[in-house]
Amino acid sequence: MRQYMTKRILYLIPTLFGASLVIFFIFALAPGDFLDSDLSLTPERAAELRALYGLDRPILERYFIWLGNALKGDFGYSLQYQQPVGALLKEYVWNSFLIASVSLVLTWTIAVAVGVFSAVRQYSWYDSLITLGVFAAMSFPPFFIGLLLIKLFAVDLGWLPIGGMTNTGSQSTGFAYVWEVAEHMILPSTVLTMLSVGSLTRHFRANMIDVIRLDFVRTARAKGLKEKTVVYKHALRNALLPAITLFGLELPGLFSGAIITERIFNWPGVGNMHMEAIAHRDYTVLMGFTLFLTFLTVLGNLLADWLYAVADPRIRYK
Amino acid sequence: MSAPTRDKGNTVVLHVAESTAEMPAAAEPYTPPKTVTAEGVRPYPGAPAAPREPSLPRRRIANPQSPWSTAYRRLKRNKMAVFGLMFLFAMFLFSFVGPFFSPYTEGRVNVALIHKPPSASHWLGTDDLGRDVLTRLMQAGRISLLVGIVSMVLSVLVGAILGVLAGYYRGLVDHLIMRAADVLMSIPEIPILIVIGAILSDLKISSEYRIYVVMLLIGFLAWPSLARLVRSQILSLRERPFMLAAEALGLRDRRKLRHLLLNAAPTLIVVATLGVARAILSESVLSFLGLGVVPPTPSWGNMLQAANTLIDFQLRPWLWIPPGVAIFLTVIAINLVGDGLRDALDPRTNR
Repeated sequence: MRQYMTKRILYLIPTLFGASLVIFFIFALAPGDFLDSDLSLTPERAAELRALYGLDRPILERYFIWLGNALKGDFGYSLQYQQPVGALLKEYVWNSFLIASVSLVLTWTIAVAVGVFSAVRQYSWYDSLITLGVFAAMSFPPFFIGLLLIKLFAVDLGWLPIGGMTNTGSQSTGFAYVWEVAEHMILPSTVLTMLSVGSLTRHFRANMIDVIRLDFVRTARAKGLKEKTVVYKHALRNALLPAITLFGLELPGLFSGAIITERIFNWPGVGNMHMEAIAHRDYTVLMGFTLFLTFLTVLGNLLADWLYAVADPRIRYK
Repeated sequence: MSAPTRDKGNTVVLHVAESTAEMPAAAEPYTPPKTVTAEGVRPYPGAPAAPREPSLPRRRIANPQSPWSTAYRRLKRNKMAVFGLMFLFAMFLFSFVGPFFSPYTEGRVNVALIHKPPSASHWLGTDDLGRDVLTRLMQAGRISLLVGIVSMVLSVLVGAILGVLAGYYRGLVDHLIMRAADVLMSIPEIPILIVIGAILSDLKISSEYRIYVVMLLIGFLAWPSLARLVRSQILSLRERPFMLAAEALGLRDRRKLRHLLLNAAPTLIVVATLGVARAILSESVLSFLGLGVVPPTPSWGNMLQAANTLIDFQLRPWLWIPPGVAIFLTVIAINLVGDGLRDALDPRTNR
């Protein structure tokens, strides 16, 4: 096990290195930079600034400077926000974490409940209904469902705020502030939940159906246990096991932000910052952010493998 | 959007026994006997199996169905999949034939007809240039469906070829391809799609060529997961006795690859079907953000851009709700068909 994990961690190095190379060159090859979008600059001043920011150096040199700094935890300086990228991430990441964690809890609760419930009643009308609902949830264009909910609940009915995290110019503190934020996050977290609940429910349903057919479940029934105990105690535990992998994959997602949902609801998270940065061609932010996401993804995969081995002693890695 | 990596966990593994004429002897014992014989004799599922003629030896003659026709019959029994298939057919007719029946096909700008709500002459109203929304919806469907299919074909081609190479030749080739796939898969898809889209906008590629670039982009970003899937399939298939037989017969690499690919085909078909849905969604996201297919070429995604204007969003829902619904229904139909195919092609799901 230890040997396997060491190997996995060692594999991360070339992967991350390759990813950083791809990320850097995508941005380096992009025409135009932040200075180009500022029309008030004279050519001389622009050249001066380019030299100052090191934008005039050869591309390979720039890559290694960037990588070296990134390894030291310095992702560069945002030209648009006039702040270090690291500080910027720190500022926005908790907003993303807020809606992501709420939606994670909701998603898992709903998915386990609905998945198990429909697995136990496989092929009933209820199960077909759930299956259809699951497919619907999996097929929503992410931005469209957001727009639809805003139109319905914020514009037409006026029950909830349209977007943002607080009311414009709000000065509220204490409980009033918490209430305000809570009100603003209802729609974005609902959308996030709707987008991810489908595939997870399907996963739980499939796991449960597989487990319920196994011999030990029949044994449990045969020895006269109540159906409830059989399903919720014996079967469910085993059906939850593979889901641990998913949990590992999903944990880093808490910090990665949801680009499209945050954009639509104008939620001040990292995803929204990412879109702002694209609009302003703020490449340092984009590179730093993409590298950050890549790191999270890789970490998630590692975590998933590790959690799985911890949870299931039958798994033996070589 | 938060779970692009999730499908990595539950790899679909489907098996269909080889039934090519060359080597029935090798393939025979590995035809899942339950499925084929029982299915072949039973008139309907659940019916008591008719007793087999005891005198008849178990041969291919006793089993006239190929795995493909069994799969077809199973698919036909799946109501939701059939419904999805019919819907998709209708959607194709709507998009590719529909415009010929519309009096507004030219999409002429008409100042007198700007922003008219749905009426008898314009069923879904008109847009900011006085064009008929219904006609544009059909024309956009052509583009969106085309982008979905072409990018899927691209990713399947690239993914299958690289996956087969990696799984069949192993060693260095495998390492190179799989590490490249690792790298591409570790970079999250949506951000990179958006960034490349933004770069394309800076390059000022004209609207007609944009479609092809978007197809290439979406297709290229989807190959790693496919390659990984195909590779794992090939790795498990090559250990099976029918491949051992192929080895023993001294078949050339090309023939062996053919057998491998035929056996991996069911999995590929399922993944490819679902891939179209994913590609359509990716295209719509990109175009919605103004980074994919750009006007004047219509696509469902860029028609939804109308929702970015506050007044259109609040007061003229006919501009953006129909394309959104079109994307949603098409993707749901594709997913239903893909799921039906998965059940139909998997001999283990013996309903």
